[in-house]
Amino acid sequence: MATNKGRTSSFSRNFSAAPTSSIPGLKYGPNGTIFLSSGVPDLDKILGGGFHLGSLVMIMEDTEAPHHMLLLRNFMSQGLVHNQPILYASPSTNPRAFLGTLPTMLVSKDDRSRNTDAEQKDLRIAWQYKKYLGENKPHIEERDGKVEYCNEFDLRKPIEKHLIMGNRVECISLLDCSSLAGFRNSCSKFLSQLPRYDGNITSAGRIAIQSLCAPQCEYFDKEWDMLSFIRSLKSMVRSSNAVAFLTFPASLVSPSVSKRWQHLADTLLSVKAIPDEDKELANLLTGYQDMLGLLSVHKVARFNTQVPVILDATTYSIKLQKRRSLVLECLNQAPVDGSSGSSYGTSGSCSGSSKTGTLDF
Amino acid sequence: MDRPASFLDEALSLDDGDSNNLQPWIGRVVLVEDCVETNGAFVLHHLIKRFLSPNLSSSDSIVIFVAFAQPFSHYDRILLPLGDRQGEGVPSKEAKRDIGDMDWRDLVTGLELAWVGGLGFAELGCNLVVQRENKRLIFFDMLMLECPDDGVEDGIIALYGNIQKAVEAVSSLNKNITIMIDDISLLEVAANGSTKDVLDFMHYCHTLTTQFACTIITVIHEDIYSSADHFTLPLQMEHLADIKIKAEPLVTGLAADVHGQLTILNKGSSDGLGRWKSKIRNFHYRVKENSVEYFYPGGRT
Repeated sequence: MATNKGRTSSFSRNFSAAPTSSIPGLKYGPNGTIFLSSGVPDLDKILGGGFHLGSLVMIMEDTEAPHHMLLLRNFMSQGLVHNQPILYASPSTNPRAFLGTLPTMLVSKDDRSRNTDAEQKDLRIAWQYKKYLGENKPHIEERDGKVEYCNEFDLRKPIEKHLIMGNRVECISLLDCSSLAGFRNSCSKFLSQLPRYDGNITSAGRIAIQSLCAPQCEYFDKEWDMLSFIRSLKSMVRSSNAVAFLTFPASLVSPSVSKRWQHLADTLLSVKAIPDEDKELANLLTGYQDMLGLLSVHKVARFNTQVPVILDATTYSIKLQKRRSLVLECLNQAPVDGSSGSSYGTSGSCSGSSKTGTLDF
Repeated sequence: MDRPASFLDEALSLDDGDSNNLQPWIGRVVLVEDCVETNGAFVLHHLIKRFLSPNLSSSDSIVIFVAFAQPFSHYDRILLPLGDRQGEGVPSKEAKRDIGDMDWRDLVTGLELAWVGGLGFAELGCNLVVQRENKRLIFFDMLMLECPDDGVEDGIIALYGNIQKAVEAVSSLNKNITIMIDDISLLEVAANGSTKDVLDFMHYCHTLTTQFACTIITVIHEDIYSSADHFTLPLQMEHLADIKIKAEPLVTGLAADVHGQLTILNKGSSDGLGRWKSKIRNFHYRVKENSVEYFYPGGRT
């Protein structure tokens, strides 16, 4: 087993090193898959490299907070930066206006982000140590994030006009679709215009759908229509070089339908806002004031393999670095009064509060 | 043969003396249940490999695979490294595919596998492309199947017709036929939520088990049906099933070295003396690229 493992990892390293540079915005992953960046460097790292080309990514929204929009914006901006065609659909009357709110690329990132990276390494030696113990070698390799592959975005500044004008961006209002059949046709038309694999890939497309099952849409009560739409979207995307990114308010559909949606997703994430004045949580977690919300990873796409991806942690905090770029961090449990050892782990059951100091070995 | 792999086989009573004997499978219905957190597809992969294994004593079993969940390349890619270490495996000549037909992903796959295996293709387990060419695998790609309200006849009924035709065509050859459906929950979506049509389809398929001694293996996502008004489909499926395999996460969540637990209920069969033997097994598993490790809770070394 040991030898086998060694071979696998050394092989994938050689493999990913060679052809990456030729295609900006795409990266080779294990098992003959290709990654496309999510637009959030930390999310790429967590997922082992990004979203699989051909996968259906679903975000379960928090109905009370727009955190899914952060991920959606970065996803689209990253596509624009890489000159990838984008299809955007949302339940608003003027979806094109949304393009004006996309964040712009953060330049001169190199030195600064290196610094913070180093800082974080020192702070989180326990994390790092744990990672090296783990067998998921490819995850570590992704650390030297390629500058071209994934950018950081400044959420305060809108994206340059020429990037929007210069790219193929289709916008569709879901309010205009009385049934999903028309929208499905638009998607399949969009996908058919992408170049196919012919030895090498030149470009990839992105489909971003915001709140597919929003109640203001006409088809809202036809849950089976929505399910079969997602199913056919999934199989269309699977056979083309694109990623479909779909957010949905899970609490608006019935539990069994929501489960079906979750089964259909290749990669499943959920976002949650955290209440402002939750004193208990504030005591429990360090950096609570800086947190915007929580992101949970429920499922990571597994193409061409049967081995599930088990992450070190499934819940991450969404923060803004210097108030502009989006970062994801593992949850750190605050030092409990008196005891200095900061233990790691997700929020979990931290009920022992003050006793942990004596119980911890 | 690595010992732990026989855990699952033993629980499925595949392993009574001769692991290559398909006799206990004839006419059986197997139901694999899984949920969002733990995917049960690996059980299916294991069984495909079993039934297409080159060293079956009756080396002429045929698998009819109805795929709603994944494209052919996905299964093909997974089955390749599933090691078949006990036998001669696939001869290397067969495994070399026509490079002209492949897109670059497949090419990369093949190269990578050859590299990972280190020992060349001879060690590799199950090549679905070759099996399909040898007519041992009949693959129905149903990813795009749609049956709108009035289109059930074109969709599901036509699908059943195709399956029946395929079964009848090979039944004269006295081969063991296995029908695999991945998965029923998606079939339901394809049928636009018409549980009745899905159940009809399954009952029709079930008739094939008695008529042609087929084995049926299906997957269902059990957590979809947790509310009371959706019970019909899983209950009926469980009633039809002789063996139920349930994959679920550990109560404590997922871990890197334990990927979940399997509960296998084998309703067994009458032993001729009127005694009904049924057994239930529970163990943990860890899925790997080329095999799955099974162990008793806490028994991992």
